Amino acid sequence: MVLESTLRNIRLVGDGTLKIVERIGATVVFLGLTLTQSATSFRRFDLVIREIFYAGVQSLIIIMVSGLFVGMVLGLQGRETLQNYGSEQSVGVLVALSLVRELGPVVAALLFASRAGSAITAEIGLMKATEQLSAMEMMAINPMARVVAPRFWGGVISMPLLAMLFSAMGIIGGFLVAVVLIGVDDGAFWSQMQAAVDFRHDIANGIIKSLVFGIAVSAIATFEGYEASPTAEGVYGATTRTVVS
Amino acid sequence: MPDLGSRHVSVVSVTNLVEITELNFGYGSRLVLKGINLTVRKGSLVAIMGLSGCGKTTLLRLIGGQLQAHEGSVMVAGQHLNNMSQSDLYALRRRLGMMFQFGALFTDLSVYDNVAFQMHEHTSLSESVIRDLTLMKLNAVGLRGVQSLMPSELSGGMARRVALARATALDPELILYDEPFAGLDPISLGVIGQLIRRLNDALGATSILVTHDVQESLKIVDYVYFVSEGVIVAQGTPEQIRASTLPFVHQFIWGEADGPMPFHYPAKTMANDLGLREV
Repeated sequence: MVLESTLRNIRLVGDGTLKIVERIGATVVFLGLTLTQSATSFRRFDLVIREIFYAGVQSLIIIMVSGLFVGMVLGLQGRETLQNYGSEQSVGVLVALSLVRELGPVVAALLFASRAGSAITAEIGLMKATEQLSAMEMMAINPMARVVAPRFWGGVISMPLLAMLFSAMGIIGGFLVAVVLIGVDDGAFWSQMQAAVDFRHDIANGIIKSLVFGIAVSAIATFEGYEASPTAEGVYGATTRTVVS
Repeated sequence: MPDLGSRHVSVVSVTNLVEITELNFGYGSRLVLKGINLTVRKGSLVAIMGLSGCGKTTLLRLIGGQLQAHEGSVMVAGQHLNNMSQSDLYALRRRLGMMFQFGALFTDLSVYDNVAFQMHEHTSLSESVIRDLTLMKLNAVGLRGVQSLMPSELSGGMARRVALARATALDPELILYDEPFAGLDPISLGVIGQLIRRLNDALGATSILVTHDVQESLKIVDYVYFVSEGVIVAQGTPEQIRASTLPFVHQFIWGEADGPMPFHYPAKTMANDLGLREV
């Protein structure tokens, strides 16, 4: 009895793992297909610009407001802790490095996935459910080239820009709390930050990180939309999977 | 299989745009179409009729190359669709037009952009020429006045007419219609029916209409195939179909509740379900 139950549980774990691996494999194959169908996106860059507007520009408010508040929290808590060691003027360094190296790319990617990623999935999923993708195929136009690739590249280009804006707004938030409200010396705040933050190691690495997140989020969002069951439940499930994945 | 139009068959063998021979197709192990033989003469308007789920839309998708036959052959404009490469299939599809059940208009584009879509994608015509052609196409369906509206602002009938204009945008040789009458009011239904006939004749095209709307279809089509449970059970001209005494065709044409297609879904006896003792 116990052996049977253990075997069943192992089988369930194995089955779940296989499904996850299969899903990852399918997403990577889909990403490859998207890349091979990207020529149209670069030949007609207006298609990508339109997607940068929908994915990037329309995410600006949520990204900038979140960045500002994250920076404010870092400024407040960082200064509280650092003053115990008499180095509250280093709060600028703490805020900048936390944002540029880690929080900027990661939190911006999470916000991007939940706002723009889910919107991309829902849009492509609904296009499938209402036979718009089939109609395109019947017009001898490849939906991978005309619908998927521009949205993918729109997301990939938007993501690093949004992450940089997130970090910039966070630093302004940290400055507002630590310098303007609490009274940390502004010269020390900026000069220590300038001295400690290295362009190649910190900023460039942060940008590369956000670019990788952009590729992952955009690939998952377009894949989930394209593979969604053409029903209301299918689109609902696909948008949820985009955010969770 | 009863052939109610043998004269028609002898004519079409010379100039067929679509020829389907011994076609079998299924989803998984379930066979949806069995031994289908169908021909569509150039310039004709042919209806494929049958109950919901009988396989008629599947048949249309096989003709459009969206599905591949498991056995038998599908030939469109002299080309076999079996194992055709994607580039060849796309080249063939440039000569086809398709109108989907609910129009399938691109919801992010205006009516004008929907109709002009294929011209922008497939031709190098100047914008002014595309504009003139698009307005002519919209005029043909009586909707030049809604060119700047979005699809969400159109009624069901208007959306269907815009979809018709879009399907004929590049003057296709073959136009496929998937349930063009579904969910329309009687006036829109008559308008769409007449437009389908008129556009087919004006463009010199060939049309295949998948529908279960008998009365409207019989008014406009040249030939009818009846599909039931994946098999063509009858075929003929509208007059021959109306005069048919075949039980299935009779039940379908006159909308009778009971017949070869039973009213009751197979079940246990009523007494059994109600827990009564049968006498």
